[in-house]
Amino acid sequence: MTIDKTIRRHTIAVIVDNEPGILARVVGMFSGRGYNIESLTVAEVDAHQHLSRITVVTSGTEMIIEQIKNQLGRLVPVHKVADLTSEGPHVERELLLVKVAGVGDHRVECLRIADIFRARVVDSTTESFVFEVTGASEKLSAFISLMEPLGLIEVSRTGVVAIARGSAAIMKRGAGN
Amino acid sequence: MAQQRTAAKAAEPAQRMTGAEIIIKALLDQGVEVMFGYPGGAVLPIYDALFKQNALRHVLVRHEQAAVHSAEGYARSTGKVGVVLVTSGPGATNAVTGLTDALMDSIPVVCLTGQVPTHLIGNDAFQEADTTGITRPCTKHNYLVKDINDLARTMHEAFYVARSGRPGPVVIDLPKDIQFAEGPYEGPANVRHRTYRPQMAADPALIERAIDLIAAAKKPVFYCGGGVINSGPEASELLTQFVRQTGYPCTLTLMGLGAIPASDPLFLGMLGMHGTYQANLAMHEADVMINIGARFDDRITGRLNAFSPNSRKIHVDIDPSSINKNVPVELGIVGDCGTVLKQLIEAWKRRKAKPDGKALKEWWKKIEDWRARDCLRFNQSGDIIKPQHAIKRLYELTRDKAPFITTEVGQHQMWAAQFFGFEKPNHWMTSGGLGTMGYGLPAAIGVQMAHPDKLVVDIAGEASILMNIQELSTAVQHRLPIKIFIVNNQWMGMVRQWQELLHGGRYSESYTEALPDFVKLADAFGCVGLRATKAGELDKVIKEMIKADRPVVVDIHVDKTENCFPMIPSGAAHNEMLLGPADEAKKPVSEEGMVLV
Ligand SMILES: Cc1ncc(C[n+]2csc(CCOP(=O)(O)OP(=O)(O)O)c2C)c(N)n1
Ligand SMILES: [Mg+2]
Repeated sequence: MTIDKTIRRHTIAVIVDNEPGILARVVGMFSGRGYNIESLTVAEVDAHQHLSRITVVTSGTEMIIEQIKNQLGRLVPVHKVADLTSEGPHVERELLLVKVAGVGDHRVECLRIADIFRARVVDSTTESFVFEVTGASEKLSAFISLMEPLGLIEVSRTGVVAIARGSAAIMKRGAGN
Repeated sequence: MAQQRTAAKAAEPAQRMTGAEIIIKALLDQGVEVMFGYPGGAVLPIYDALFKQNALRHVLVRHEQAAVHSAEGYARSTGKVGVVLVTSGPGATNAVTGLTDALMDSIPVVCLTGQVPTHLIGNDAFQEADTTGITRPCTKHNYLVKDINDLARTMHEAFYVARSGRPGPVVIDLPKDIQFAEGPYEGPANVRHRTYRPQMAADPALIERAIDLIAAAKKPVFYCGGGVINSGPEASELLTQFVRQTGYPCTLTLMGLGAIPASDPLFLGMLGMHGTYQANLAMHEADVMINIGARFDDRITGRLNAFSPNSRKIHVDIDPSSINKNVPVELGIVGDCGTVLKQLIEAWKRRKAKPDGKALKEWWKKIEDWRARDCLRFNQSGDIIKPQHAIKRLYELTRDKAPFITTEVGQHQMWAAQFFGFEKPNHWMTSGGLGTMGYGLPAAIGVQMAHPDKLVVDIAGEASILMNIQELSTAVQHRLPIKIFIVNNQWMGMVRQWQELLHGGRYSESYTEALPDFVKLADAFGCVGLRATKAGELDKVIKEMIKADRPVVVDIHVDKTENCFPMIPSGAAHNEMLLGPADEAKKPVSEEGMVLV
């Protein structure tokens, strides 16, 4: 094993039993061992088998990332750990909701920028908009900074979800056995 | 017996019984003969079910921490899963130190904890604690059973998880209403874990690469640990066979002692902070290191960037997260130590591999020069008993009985590791990873339960023994003739030694002002109390101790100022070892070393 000290960002997908305490187990492992979490999302993805998929974005040296994967792998309810960053090309998406309040010219400018970002207006009043944007995290951050001077008052983001490109799946889907 | 019962069970249709009965039945079907516990409101139904049967024995301890250590002692001396039963709230929180100890040393334990009824969970009910929350980071896995239909499966799954792969403690939290509820029972044969399948055999390609490296070595060393012991006695035999086949030197960690016979000339003694000169220097100068079932713990490596700088490293471990955690290795092999050793031996024979005879001869010459330094020598003269001498005599006077040794934590523990020779695995139980004072006495109780006719000795310090001294009462109640051998230096010796080395001899709070009279204390508990204060009395007292068929407390007054050597101070490298008092002044501890533990 090489001792590469460069710190890199990795997106890791973890398939787990959807049971009580599983999120605490995963998050507790990260905090207990001093690893950082940049983003974490979780939802059930297989209702038959009660499996959830956790997507965690973390960063560390090669040795630390290996540790994180192994530490996740040894948790008893974990079925599969996949390092999407090192296993090949993958797509990452995040969903953003922002609320912008204001009247007059600002509203026009907001809609113009929203159009460029392909943001959708999901709620509007005479003095506010809620925009929905999906995309890579950087795109979302760019949208937020552009909205900031135009009356941005609230932000909600989902965190990253990700999936590998191509025809292979990280785990076979069961038919509810 | 357990197997037969299991087989019979599988054919029958599911029986219905209460939760408490399911628990007892599951324990029996898992082959459990004894458990260690302490009752309370939240486990009364289980105690009631226990009362109505005779197959499963229960050892009533005096503190729940001790229940877990006893179960650990039982597990380590038998290779079986140790079982604990405690009540909710304080019962569960008292067990936490024991569970952490078992996690750090990879000891299979199943701990049943009572819980308030499901409808009260989260209400701050009387004796409620978030047991699964508290124990999540100190167990291998834990469960809260909220549905009676899950109970039997959870019980069997817990045993599977505790003993498989890298073993560890598993908690099952059992709300009181679940213990009363009626539900179906299924036997272990029907239960298969959904995901957990540790890898046992190594990738054959890695075995071939390992043999390439091992055969080409000029200065090889085997560095092996508790993983070999956990893999079962056969793994120790295989290790001994492989080490002898190669003729390479072998050192063992604190957890690994007994994995190859101490009397074997290929054994270099224990390595690490208080390891032998020859073991640590062999590690430092080796060109190929074969690590089997050890985890590059900081007590072993010393300063990481100076650890065995020139060796190509092979690491066999059942837990992938142990590989490349502290020390990057060239060849990481995931698998069970015993299974991998079998593969290595097979490949070595098949390929007719031969060590480099000439290089090996030179290597051994070097090692024998190091060994000739006689790093463990001490000077016993006059009346004052040297602690090393006390342990050495204990060893010499008991070795024909192949005793089981437990220890507390401190200097006495290190001297026990240095001076007691173990010819077989599973005879040495000590708290390695957590370093828990108070481990040895309850562990000895667990060992003696499993081996009623064997000699079981807890080598103790006078400070440590007071941490679970109440367990003498347990030993008396259950007629367990354990022997407590107190190496009494009146100091928390290991703390005093560090204060001498690192804090200018300012002995802050490391002296126990008001020690009890241990002979009277033994008497008060109904044990035999013995004492030796002069070298001339030592042998007689040890012989008397061996003869007694009751629990014995032996108070050996030893030299108060003796330090434990050799020592690699924190932050130092293996070749910067202190060999004795004279080295202390010459090699002060570095500032970086000061902040380490
Ligand atoms: C529960 C616990 N508390 C504190 C310590 C820190 N500690 C390590 S060794 C030691 C002193 C032990 O004294 P004693 O049992 O007399 O053994 P000695 O070193 O004198 O042989 C202490 C306090 C510990 N290991 N465990
Ligand atoms: Mg002491």
